[in-house]
Amino acid sequence: MANFSTNEFRPGLKVMLDGDPCSILENEFVKPGKGQAFNRVRMRNLKTGRVWERTFKSGESLEGADVMDRTMEYLYTDGEFWYFMEPDTFEQHQADAKAVGDAYLWLKEQDGCEVTLYNGTPLSVAPANFVELEIVETDPGLKGDTAQGGSKPAKLSTGAVVKVPLFVTTGEVIRVDTRTGEYQNRVSK
Amino acid sequence: MSDWRPGAALAQLRQRAQLLAQIRAFFAARGVLEVETPLLCSRGITDPAIEPLLVEHGQSLTDAPRFLQTSPEYAMKRLLAAGSGPIYQICKAFRDGEAGRRHNPEFTLLEWYRPGMDHHALMAEVAALVCSCLGERPWQAFTYRELFQRCLQLDPFTADVAALQRTARQLTDPGTLAGGRDLWLDLLLTHGVEPWLAGQGLCFVYDYPASQAALARLAQRDGQVVGERFELYIDGVEVANGYHELDDAVEQRARFEADNRQRAAASQPERPLDEALLAALAAGLPAVSGVALGLDRLLLLASGETDIRRLLAFSWERC
Repeated sequence: MANFSTNEFRPGLKVMLDGDPCSILENEFVKPGKGQAFNRVRMRNLKTGRVWERTFKSGESLEGADVMDRTMEYLYTDGEFWYFMEPDTFEQHQADAKAVGDAYLWLKEQDGCEVTLYNGTPLSVAPANFVELEIVETDPGLKGDTAQGGSKPAKLSTGAVVKVPLFVTTGEVIRVDTRTGEYQNRVSK
Repeated sequence: MSDWRPGAALAQLRQRAQLLAQIRAFFAARGVLEVETPLLCSRGITDPAIEPLLVEHGQSLTDAPRFLQTSPEYAMKRLLAAGSGPIYQICKAFRDGEAGRRHNPEFTLLEWYRPGMDHHALMAEVAALVCSCLGERPWQAFTYRELFQRCLQLDPFTADVAALQRTARQLTDPGTLAGGRDLWLDLLLTHGVEPWLAGQGLCFVYDYPASQAALARLAQRDGQVVGERFELYIDGVEVANGYHELDDAVEQRARFEADNRQRAAASQPERPLDEALLAALAAGLPAVSGVALGLDRLLLLASGETDIRRLLAFSWERC
C-alpha cells in the first residue's frame, strides 16, 4: 500500500498504526509560531473501535490500510462463522465472532449489511440502521391497551431482547433501530 | 480544474483592501517607511522547523536555485544596518508543508522594525496597530514561564524532559514522538497553553527559553536565561512573532551553525549561511526590535471567519 503523509490525512482515510487498521476522523495542523509543527489526529481503531487523539510530527507518514466497506447480503450462520455474499459478484465471505461482534443480534437472512474488509477478510459487520424481526417470546399483552405507557421485554428471532409496548404480542414483526436497540413500530405482515 | 471561482466572498476582498489601507495609514502617521525586498533569495533559512520552497529552473538562475522567502527579515536587517531608520513591509512569504485552517503555504506578512525600541515597547505598538484594525480592546502580556505555571503547573525552565513528557501524555497520545526538550515544550504550548489563550483576547507571550530565542537577544531574568522574543495571540490564534533583535554577528553565526547541526542530525538539508546578513550585523545593526504579523490571520479575526481559505481569493488548492 501507498504511504500517506500527515498533510494527506483526510477524514475516511484508512491507515496502519501499531499494526492495526485505523480510520482518520479529524486532522488538525498546529504550530506554535516558531518551532515544531504537529498534526492532532482523531482516529478510530477499526479492530477495537477505540476513538482517540494521536499527535504526529507534521510530515510523518503512515502506510495505507487495505480496508474497504462493502454492502453485502447476510446468508446464514453455522454457529462458528457468519456468511455474507457480495451482491454483484456472488463472492462469499465468512466472518468470525470477533468480526461480527454484537451485530449478530440484528442479522436476518437476506438482509443487507455493511461488511468492512481488511486484507480481503471481514474485520467488522454493521447491520442496517433499521431491521424487521419477529417476536418469538413475550408476556401476553393487555388487549386494547394501545395508548398507555409501560413496556415489557420481548425476545426476537435472532436472540435479541428489546423493550416493547405492552400491547405487542408473540408472533408479531417489529421494526428496531439497531444503533440504539429501541423498538420503533409494529410491521403488518 | 473546473472550479475557477474565488474561495473568498467579495466582502472579504474588500475587507482585506481596507485592512491594508488602515495599516499604511498607521505607519505613515508614525513616520515608518514602507520598503520592498526580493521574494527570491539566494540563501534559505536555517531554522529546522521552517522549510522553504525552491525555484530551480530558469535562465536567470545562473549559479544556484533560489528560495522563495520565508520572511523578509534578513533583507530588512541589511536596510537597517545601512541606516534606513524605521521600516515596514507588506509582502508574500512561503513555507513548505504548512496548510490547514490557519495556514496556507503562501501567505501575507506585515513585518516592521523599530530602532530604539525594546520588545516591550514594540508589543505596545503591535497592540496599538491591532486595535486600530480590529477596534479598541484591552491587552495583556504573560511570560512564557507564567503561562506554563498557570496552565500546566510546570516550570518550563527547570522541569526535566520526563516531567514534560508525563504532562504531554495527559493531553494527547504522543505515540512514537521523539525529540528533545523543545519538542515537548512546543507540544505543551500547542495542546495545553493555546486552548487557555483562546479565552484571553489580545494576549502577548514573552521571554521564551533561550533555546527558542531564534533571532532574539538573550537576557537574564529571575536566574534564567531568556530570549527576548514575543508572540501575539488573539483569541488563541497565533498572529505575530517579534524579537528584541540579536545584533551580534558572532553569536548569530553560531546560532545558524547550531541550526545546521540540528538539520544534519534530522537528515534535513543544511542551508548555506546568509553571509550578507552576517556582514551587515558586523557592520552594525542599530538597537532595534522587529515583528512579523500574519495578515491573513488578522483578517480571519476581523471577519469572524474560522478558515483562512475563505479569506484568500485563491488558496493553495485553487491556484
